[in-house]
Amino acid sequence: MIQVEGLTKYYGERAAIRDLSFTIAKGEVIGFLGLNGAGKSTTLKVLGCVLLPTSGRVLIDGFDVSRDPHEIRKRIGFLPDTPPLYDEMTVSGYLEFVAQLRGVTSADLDLRVDDAMRKTSLTDRRDDVISTLSHGYRQRVGVAQALVHNPSLLILDEPTGGLDPVQIVEMRELIRQLKGEHTVLVSSHILGEISQICDRYLVIQQGEIIARGTEADLSNLLGNAGAVEVEVTSPAQAAIDALKAVAGVTDVTLTRLEGQTAQLRVVGTGELRPQIVKALVAAEATVLKVDKAATRLENIFLKLTHGKDAP
Amino acid sequence: MKNVTLIARRELQSYLRTMSGYIIIAVMLFIDGLLFNAFAVAGTAKPSSQVLAEFFTLTSGITMVGAVFLSMRLIAEERQTGTIALLYSSPVLDVEIVLGKFLAAFLFMCLFFASTTYMPLLVAVYGKVSLGHIAAGYFGLMLVGASGLAIGTFGSALTRSQVVAAVLSGVMVLALTTAWLLGKVTDRPLTDIVNGLAWWGHFDAFRTGLVHLKHVAYFGLVTFIALFAATRVIEARRWR
Repeated sequence: MIQVEGLTKYYGERAAIRDLSFTIAKGEVIGFLGLNGAGKSTTLKVLGCVLLPTSGRVLIDGFDVSRDPHEIRKRIGFLPDTPPLYDEMTVSGYLEFVAQLRGVTSADLDLRVDDAMRKTSLTDRRDDVISTLSHGYRQRVGVAQALVHNPSLLILDEPTGGLDPVQIVEMRELIRQLKGEHTVLVSSHILGEISQICDRYLVIQQGEIIARGTEADLSNLLGNAGAVEVEVTSPAQAAIDALKAVAGVTDVTLTRLEGQTAQLRVVGTGELRPQIVKALVAAEATVLKVDKAATRLENIFLKLTHGKDAP
Repeated sequence: MKNVTLIARRELQSYLRTMSGYIIIAVMLFIDGLLFNAFAVAGTAKPSSQVLAEFFTLTSGITMVGAVFLSMRLIAEERQTGTIALLYSSPVLDVEIVLGKFLAAFLFMCLFFASTTYMPLLVAVYGKVSLGHIAAGYFGLMLVGASGLAIGTFGSALTRSQVVAAVLSGVMVLALTTAWLLGKVTDRPLTDIVNGLAWWGHFDAFRTGLVHLKHVAYFGLVTFIALFAATRVIEARRWR
């Protein structure tokens, strides 16, 4: 579906992205992770044919973004980081305009607009003027305009930006529903917001891809496979000694000590949690928490970008 | 062409649904009426055709200045609010974006022209004027409006600030208006070329009821060059 080779984009003298290469298969949901200014939006703008690359090759459905942008634009729906809305229009009027602009025929127009509004729960707001909508609804209209012509590729740049927790859950659910019907590229710098909806991730920092793969791949990359987080009440040393004696455990470190609560990191091979619990109970330690440490995407992301764990 | 119509229709709706366009036209009409009363009608008795010619002269100047203000938002506002990304990511040619926007501004400008017709009608009621004179004058005004709006569209494509766009377009219109001053310090054939650049010299025939192809061609050329330049600017933005 998407092939990117050596993609580079300069703004004046500054390289926003440098030598990016990746492929995305049809139907995948890909998460672009990176801090603000990492190059996510620039990458998505090039894929969305809003910007032309300085060098490199981008093929979408076999069409080159530099040579056949028109063909690509028929196949994509793009939501920039700021939803491109005309404030004076009504929701349905705006979606009709976008649909026609993207080649939806008069015969299909009502069907497509109704479908986009239904998917984004905007049907009740169809006659509202866009300037009167809340931020959450504006974001929904932004997503609706991206999918109103039923494109095969959806590019959503920070769709959860500025939403409240309930709206984030709703947006995540919406993207999950789009899975299968469309190939989806979604970016965010707040990782928890997209950690449960993507098949794979591309982590970008300072214009370069520093890691890629599934959540498990990224975890393995950092040597976190099999790591378990344990929280017990003191004395910590007794718990550490008990854990070191568990078969399969290769290392136990004290990561935090707050009052009577000690946080330990246990590294080993295989599923260690049942043995860990048994050992701690036998050592008469009070267990507060036993969890897989590497499943927290924030940890992975912070390690990749800053070389440190999440607090 | 379908995309041009779509973009023009949306832009025209935007003019009609927001106050800024109406305010600009109201100010233009107010000043036009004031000047018509103060200069074209007042003074010693004169032939109706002269009153009409003076009306067209005054209105052409107001049209040129008004065009700068009417067009300043066309592309600058899209860049300011980020809606340009919608047009850039849609299967629309850059020239279609420019033409659609220009067409909407031109149609809105026609609302101003329609609103000024009471003045020639007054002249017709109290004097004697030919319909041909009125038609030629308004045709000239449309050409002036088209070239002014095209220059304004170009200015609007150059920046994301509407104020800066208006200033840039204003400077370009001023340069075209005062080009003849340069003719005073140059030698032929440069003098002829510089004098030929001034738009009001080409409007002179229209105000007296005459339509010459060379003057039509002048306004057509200014409009074409400005719209072409605006299109190139929009294309170039994709590389930046």
